[in-house]
Amino acid sequence: MSHQPFRNPTGGNIDRSQPLTFTFDGKVYQGYSGDTLASALMANGVKLLARSFKYHRPRGLSGYGVEESNVLVQLRTGARSEPNIPATRVELYEGLVAESQNRWPSLHFDIGAVNSKLSGLFPSGFYYKTFMWPAKFWPFYEHAIRHIAGMGKSPTLEDPDSYTHNYRHCDVLIAGGGPAGLMAALSAGQSGARVILCDENADFGGMLRGRRDTIRGKSGPEWVADTVAQLAAMENVRLLRRTTAAGYYDHNLIVLDERVADHKATPENHEPRHRIWHVRAKEVVLATGSIERPLVFADNDRPGVMLTSAAQAYANAHGALAGRRAVIFTNNASAYAAAADLKAAGIEVQAIVDLRDSLETPELEIAANANIGVLNRHVVVAAHGAKSVHSVTVMPVDSNTTPVGEAQEILCDVVCLSGGWTPSVHLFSQSRGKLCYDETLSAFVPDKSFQRERSAGACQGAFQLDACLHEGAKAGAQAAVAAGFATTAADVPRCSADAVVKPRLLWAIPTPDHLHGGKQFVDLQNDVTAADVGLAYQEGYRSVEHLKRYTTLGMGTDQGRTSNVNGLAIMAGHRAEAITAVGTTTFRQPFTPIPMGAVAGLNAHDHVAPVRTTPLHHWHESMGSPFAPTGQWLRPQGYPKDGETLEQAAMREAKHVREKVGIVDVSTLGKIDVQGPDAIEFLNRVYINSFSNLAVGKCRYGVMLREDGLVDDDGVVTRLAENRYMITTTTTHASAVMNRLEYLLDVDWPSLNVHLLSVTDDWSGIAIAGPHSRTVLTKLTAADLSNSAVPFMGYAEIDVDGVPVRLFRISFSGELAYEINMAPNATRTVWDALLKAGANQEIIPYGLEAMNVLRIEKGHVVGGELNGRTTADGLGFGKMISTKKAFVGKVPARRAGLTRDDIHQLVGLVPTDEKTRIPRGAQLIADPKATKPVAMQGEVTSQCMSPNLGHPIALALLNGGRARHGETLKAHSPITGQTVTVTVTNPIFIDPQGERLRG
Amino acid sequence: MLEITCPYCGKRAQKEFTYAGDAGAERPNLETGTNQDWFEFVYLRDNPRGLHDELWHHSAGCRRLIKVRRDVVTHEIIDTGAPSDSLSTGAS
Repeated sequence: MSHQPFRNPTGGNIDRSQPLTFTFDGKVYQGYSGDTLASALMANGVKLLARSFKYHRPRGLSGYGVEESNVLVQLRTGARSEPNIPATRVELYEGLVAESQNRWPSLHFDIGAVNSKLSGLFPSGFYYKTFMWPAKFWPFYEHAIRHIAGMGKSPTLEDPDSYTHNYRHCDVLIAGGGPAGLMAALSAGQSGARVILCDENADFGGMLRGRRDTIRGKSGPEWVADTVAQLAAMENVRLLRRTTAAGYYDHNLIVLDERVADHKATPENHEPRHRIWHVRAKEVVLATGSIERPLVFADNDRPGVMLTSAAQAYANAHGALAGRRAVIFTNNASAYAAAADLKAAGIEVQAIVDLRDSLETPELEIAANANIGVLNRHVVVAAHGAKSVHSVTVMPVDSNTTPVGEAQEILCDVVCLSGGWTPSVHLFSQSRGKLCYDETLSAFVPDKSFQRERSAGACQGAFQLDACLHEGAKAGAQAAVAAGFATTAADVPRCSADAVVKPRLLWAIPTPDHLHGGKQFVDLQNDVTAADVGLAYQEGYRSVEHLKRYTTLGMGTDQGRTSNVNGLAIMAGHRAEAITAVGTTTFRQPFTPIPMGAVAGLNAHDHVAPVRTTPLHHWHESMGSPFAPTGQWLRPQGYPKDGETLEQAAMREAKHVREKVGIVDVSTLGKIDVQGPDAIEFLNRVYINSFSNLAVGKCRYGVMLREDGLVDDDGVVTRLAENRYMITTTTTHASAVMNRLEYLLDVDWPSLNVHLLSVTDDWSGIAIAGPHSRTVLTKLTAADLSNSAVPFMGYAEIDVDGVPVRLFRISFSGELAYEINMAPNATRTVWDALLKAGANQEIIPYGLEAMNVLRIEKGHVVGGELNGRTTADGLGFGKMISTKKAFVGKVPARRAGLTRDDIHQLVGLVPTDEKTRIPRGAQLIADPKATKPVAMQGEVTSQCMSPNLGHPIALALLNGGRARHGETLKAHSPITGQTVTVTVTNPIFIDPQGERLRG
Repeated sequence: MLEITCPYCGKRAQKEFTYAGDAGAERPNLETGTNQDWFEFVYLRDNPRGLHDELWHHSAGCRRLIKVRRDVVTHEIIDTGAPSDSLSTGAS
């Protein structure tokens, strides 16, 4: 089990003294600390690791890092199971469990591979063309297609881990910790600027991790270790490992995704699994490196075909060998050093097949020194093998890069591709920087910056190590200076030389006739071939954005990191235009996928939105009241006893209040303190009715309109003192009303000397209602509560059981009632005192549901009626509308459409049989049997069983309803299918003269 | 995610603010505004490309309304101030 046949006994940045056991597809293997899942599988000689997305073709590793297109695994099990993770991005830990994806029943025998034999049936757009008709079957097709063309499986259990977000400001953010990023950090760090350096990998170093460069006489990784130690000693530099700069947003906001615990079996010590950093940087250095490009030829997807730099990095950093015998296929000079590295690691390099005509001295020397044969002006036209490559066919090319002459077959189990390098311009492009196409490099490179950033090193096309070090040092210093610090570039160390990348281009190698039939893959992850790009062109999908959506080129987890330029170039060839003219698709955030849990952070479960509870919440809970969410508030619904349902409890409570007395928690009402010499003018401008003659110590009901003349909100205005008022709002509209009032004062009427303060949380509220309410309250206060002292709509500041309170003689229930406002921490005292003092009057607590029944019986409007489509007159407030003053909404409210007689007006409804409940939300119609469409005349807005009347009632908005009392209509609910015959009535069912509340 | 300078509090993240509409919309006089004036104020807005004056409510901050001159193409914020301030054109 511990034998790793493709592992060298020495070499690499792994710790052979720390073996780690892991499981892939149920089989147990061993790797070492410092391995990734990919390198460990390679060391164990496991080559077949995945099945492709569409054709289920056997696939192996194609890359070393984020560019991996083939090997996506299902990582971990149970609740922590995560799909579609590139094996190259998984750090090995003890006990790791991974499974391959998109195969059934197994990787080696996959039924879905029949798609590959039938591939002629599955061209691009196949699904669109075939399954679009009949449209109603699409859900069925989709289910079946998803099963076959699936990726991994989403876990079905709740995520047990936590995630968090951090917010930081810094002077210089450096994205990427390769040679350029490290030098930038040295320059910026020595200036004293606050620096954040992040790198997506477990260790800094970037390309130095996988190569055999020397810097200042040391190996790459040794220099990196020294440099990181130097940076770690600087207090102003923060180093973030395993942290991807995932998104570049406006005003230099960069979002980083730190994988805090992904490299462990489970997070430890309550650490989050991921931490999202929101970094607002004064200046940014992008040092994001570059990714090698594959070459496109027949069957270039066979396991064993991979990027040259990947095979090189596995050998150098992990002592893991991609195979025994390699063929290198390149169009540029960078592959030569890699070939020498592979040879040094023990892989027999059969040949370097080089597309270029003439080669330069440095690369020829490397090949000669390593004793590797070079076939220049040759191409690989096809790879052979099924579950592993076993040979390639190589042919010479003429001056037009057409394969001509004699083909030869070379045996090999690894084919390394180097088609040039693509700078990782994702962040630059996200920041809205403009790209230009560099013909020499055949790559898009940063041209014009849009935000305060600069690119350094390979991500702007400087591929040589020496250039990366110099550019990085310079960019770091520039960024620090731009952020306001004085500094110069850090000293750049001497390093080994490497080749200049000047690829000779042939975007898709033509397949000679005798090898006809092989697929030339452009995008491995999405199974998009050169022929698919041609088909897209033929069918008119010629813009890059259309090409992407029609063929899926560049979609998926790798977002076309290796396929993008090849695909665009092939399209440019069909269009006979330059690549610049074809352009590139938009790069979008994030650079690599971020788990949804990390996006949510702490805003999960109960923390999605704040929950507001009243000071009496625990008391309600202890009494077994269910709670209704109302905006952010939780309001107690009622107090069922002796097996009652909530509705039965509400009926009992509502009846009891009309007959005796009850108390209810009304703390959630919005309350705004309005102060200032112009307060009265302000109130007159925002309410439809006038407050000019409201005396100190009096309350008045008020209604506000929106700018468009429809009703916004209602509430009670109380004049506390000469220039001080308190207004209430509905529970759910409190913050919207506050926002609007603040807007009016700040923007439109700055000359008014008025100040507003939300005091919703400073005053809790209890309403006591019922014929005995005065009797109960009198027991707890020495104050005079008689009608002459505190009349209906009166206000007093008194003590209740020793607690100073604000007493409002207002009534939502229609009974003799008071609202008591007090300090939140005194609420329980007053509540308990009322219950105790009222024992002889049989006082009860009542909840939201009973309160709702009481107000429907009284025809008081709430959210259902204040629905944003009703007029003040329609709701019955016509007499309140002042004609003597101007107010918000007055002119628009007079528009013809809002003043017609036949608009919605508030009415009451009673079922004609006085028994059947009126369905909620029912539409009012004349005749349900009439020919459709049936004219809808109105709608039911609130309904209940009235315990005090003994039959169901409802409030409704009815076209011209005020003149239609006594009429019979049908209330039809399309949801329940019920139709109830109803009689239109006055909306005030109980005490229309208001005698009870004045009692 | 914008960074907005509140004239009262200083530089703050966009998430502290709520967009509060077009600062160029002129509210008709409550006493003299005609139906047409109100119609235009309530329903009609320009949608310019380039510089735009807008109101932001510092809803999770000082709760004042502020005026922001923003280039809606580039998101550059040229100047901010109180709603009644005249803002810089950004031409230098």
